[in-house]
Amino acid sequence: MNDRISRDELAARVAADIPDGAYVNLGIGAPTRVADFLPAEREIVLHTENGLLGMGPAPAAGAVDPDLVNAGKQAVTEVAGAAYFHHADSFAMMRGGHLDVCVLGAFQVAENGDLANWSTGGEGAIPAVGGAMDLAIGAKSVYVMTDLLTRAGEPKLVRACSYPLTGVRCVTRVYTDRAVFDVTERGFAVRELFGTATVAELEELTGLSFVTAEGAAA
Amino acid sequence: MIDKTWPDAASAVACVEDGATVMIGGFGRSGQPVELIDALIAHGARELTIVNNNAGNGDTGLAALIAAGRVRKIVCSFPRQADSWVFDERYRSGRIELELVPQGNLAERIRAAGAGIGGFYTPTGVGTLLAEGAELRTIGGRDHVLQFPLHADVALIGALAADRWGNLVYRRTARNFGPVMATAARTTIAQVDAVVPLGQLDPEAVVTPGIYVDRVVVVGERPWLREGRFVGGVDIDGHPIADETQEAVR
Repeated sequence: MNDRISRDELAARVAADIPDGAYVNLGIGAPTRVADFLPAEREIVLHTENGLLGMGPAPAAGAVDPDLVNAGKQAVTEVAGAAYFHHADSFAMMRGGHLDVCVLGAFQVAENGDLANWSTGGEGAIPAVGGAMDLAIGAKSVYVMTDLLTRAGEPKLVRACSYPLTGVRCVTRVYTDRAVFDVTERGFAVRELFGTATVAELEELTGLSFVTAEGAAA
Repeated sequence: MIDKTWPDAASAVACVEDGATVMIGGFGRSGQPVELIDALIAHGARELTIVNNNAGNGDTGLAALIAAGRVRKIVCSFPRQADSWVFDERYRSGRIELELVPQGNLAERIRAAGAGIGGFYTPTGVGTLLAEGAELRTIGGRDHVLQFPLHADVALIGALAADRWGNLVYRRTARNFGPVMATAARTTIAQVDAVVPLGQLDPEAVVTPGIYVDRVVVVGERPWLREGRFVGGVDIDGHPIADETQEAVR
């Protein structure tokens, strides 16, 4: 048995936690995939910050509408019940705490809930932030979806972020390919382990000490 | 009599002076007023400060304006994209200045300008590099940073249809920054697919009231529409695709 789950399995795992009736923003990149796994029996309204509530899947070939795109500027569709609005209204929805859930990618998440996901501060890199800072502080629940380790093997769960912050103490929960973690007052709490991963192994990989979701020391 | 329609894009944008701040609507290519931008390039105004969500895509529209060397500074939230090579090159060689603004602060600063608001406190960006130096204030137990309004000399926006009073309706997510930018500029110029007779736009459905719009330029229907209805047959950039796939939509 593997100690990691696939990107699609992770997207399905995140999707399973999104309740019926939720208003949800899925960030650019991997979080977009969560849409493919939302349970069909739940009515979940997808928000895209460029100005649509009720975003549907990609259109059929030939039905691409350049006037209907998502935050990643990919062609999407509208579902029955959809509504359009301008950018200031869209960000009022986000900042004003009206979205139930957003799902974001991350470079780093700190154990106090700080998020870094917009810049590595690298030499020659062109900074781009988009709506990440508004989502991070605005949604009622901020879920991060990411691998636990970078390709170079560095942990993305850290004591304090070394990359520039997107938001301070804003992350609610982190879904990784090895485990799900809640951000608590006392640090990351292991909520669920995937495959053969153990808490001890994850602590070794990250150099952090975790608490269990119930609060007992792991 | 009020008639805000202009004969062509060239005469409409002739008011843009060197050094002007110009808001350009659109999110990526969606809603970008390409014909007005092309006219601005031909007009030749230089040393412009451009406000847009992005910094150009491909080689057309805003990217072409930047490539022509007319842009001194860009105020945007998301310059770096897969197809932002024109901006990337000029930025890396130090030939364009960038003011990076979180997207919601950008939209709200524009809205504030149009609404006569002198500034606002927002939690967005608190504790980040993009709020460095901003006045911090704790309101209701939460930290906020002070942001100032963003005004422009001219706004160039795209909409679906107008009447001669300048009332505008948009189409789908192409609406994006148009309605707020229209309020924040001394002169707002809208390009539209069509101008309809006064009274034909449903007053309940008007998104931008004509008070915010100074000039309207008709550029004709885009390839994916026919008499206002979506017919498809284009790619995401609006270029026609092969006929057999086009038939699938009808």
